[in-house]
Amino acid sequence: MTIDLYGFGPALAAGALMTVKLALTALCLGLVLGLLGALAKTSPFKPLRWLGGAYSTLVRGVPELLWVLLIYFGSVNLVRAIGEYIGMPDLTLSAFAAGVLALGLCFGAYATEVFRGAILAIPKGHREAGMALGLSKPRIFTKLVLPQMWRIALPGLGNLFMILMKDTALVSVIGLEEIMRQAQNAVTFAKHPFTFYMVAAVMYLGLTVLAMGTMHVLEKRAARGFVRRT
Amino acid sequence: MEWEVILKWLPKLMQGATLTLELTAVSVLAGLIVAIPLGIARSSKLWYVRSLPYAYIFFFRGTPLLIQLFLVYYGLAQFDVVRESALWPYLRSPFWCAIITMTLHTAAYIAEILRGAIQAIPPGEIEAARALGMSRFKTLVHIVLPRAARIGLPAYSNEVILMLKASSLASTVTLLELTGMTRTIIARNYQTVDMFLAAGAIYLIMSFVLIQGFKLLERWLRVDACQGR
Repeated sequence: MTIDLYGFGPALAAGALMTVKLALTALCLGLVLGLLGALAKTSPFKPLRWLGGAYSTLVRGVPELLWVLLIYFGSVNLVRAIGEYIGMPDLTLSAFAAGVLALGLCFGAYATEVFRGAILAIPKGHREAGMALGLSKPRIFTKLVLPQMWRIALPGLGNLFMILMKDTALVSVIGLEEIMRQAQNAVTFAKHPFTFYMVAAVMYLGLTVLAMGTMHVLEKRAARGFVRRT
Repeated sequence: MEWEVILKWLPKLMQGATLTLELTAVSVLAGLIVAIPLGIARSSKLWYVRSLPYAYIFFFRGTPLLIQLFLVYYGLAQFDVVRESALWPYLRSPFWCAIITMTLHTAAYIAEILRGAIQAIPPGEIEAARALGMSRFKTLVHIVLPRAARIGLPAYSNEVILMLKASSLASTVTLLELTGMTRTIIARNYQTVDMFLAAGAIYLIMSFVLIQGFKLLERWLRVDACQGR
């Protein structure tokens, strides 16, 4: 059985590429935000701890769709003001940029908790050993804590990435041409909504399976030296 | 911030929030009912019992809720059988479509929670019940499910909060729940940032109240007392 896509196959493929691009870019932003959030939440300074806590609580309590809409429609005046300041009066936030910001923000808020758990899971003795060796604080973090953290944080981050991948569909609401939007376009022209949305669903399933496979490889790699080979 | 504007539209926002709560409450309760048989079948030792719920859960957890919503709301109309069936008045209304989709979606997640909870029950307790002469069904009702409910409750409360946020997607099928209502109001008064922030604050308050409610429920069911051994 073949499915008639009425010539929308290439458009859907382009949409898949856009979805992947969006997810990976948002992932990069989210990882940075999550790491900063976790550092703030575990820092000895109270204002920083408070800031980290407020970030993860506020962002996690509001729907992702609302963030997408707020950042895309709410930033118009702000971005225009910045544009006038730097001499580019018609500066606007593209749907892609707004999507990356919104999804990265949400990913970062959840990743804050994952990273915080990972930081706390590293034995205190390791940090003390670093201090005894005379390493500076940033060096202790980059050379001692960070490499060990990944292994603990990886499963949690993998789950968050699956959620992020599915949340990219929300960006179709502000008109970014990813899988969902392309499917909607195809439906407008060719009807057959069930067929096209089902094809889109299968594409998301494929992406999820791909991400799961990648996570499996990464987790195996990170567990080297911790599991006994048989 | 223009407080007068927010205050003026607050009754409308509250109306939207009511619909949000309604959607969430109905779907997590109905989802729980659908999930119980799914979760039990999913944790079966027989592969042919296990595989169908597994496929269901794989599909609903692997695709975005937005797609599922569009499949039900726009997609089903593609088939004449559906349009001529007695269920069409329901499948035509955005409210019922949102309820059906969210229920099916959350049922997949709750079934996974339930499976995890069932598998976390110490096997000794089930063996003890069987040794006392309880039938398999009695063991399930009196030992396995009450135990699993307490183990799974914290994860279930997470799922409820996630569904509260996911209900915002119902605005894409023309439902005027909190997000949809906010967008409608913005189309009238152009106070984009203020109105979205007000909606965000209402979501925060709703999830805060729900979290506190579940904390009370956990205390009432004495979840902590059952965990420590």
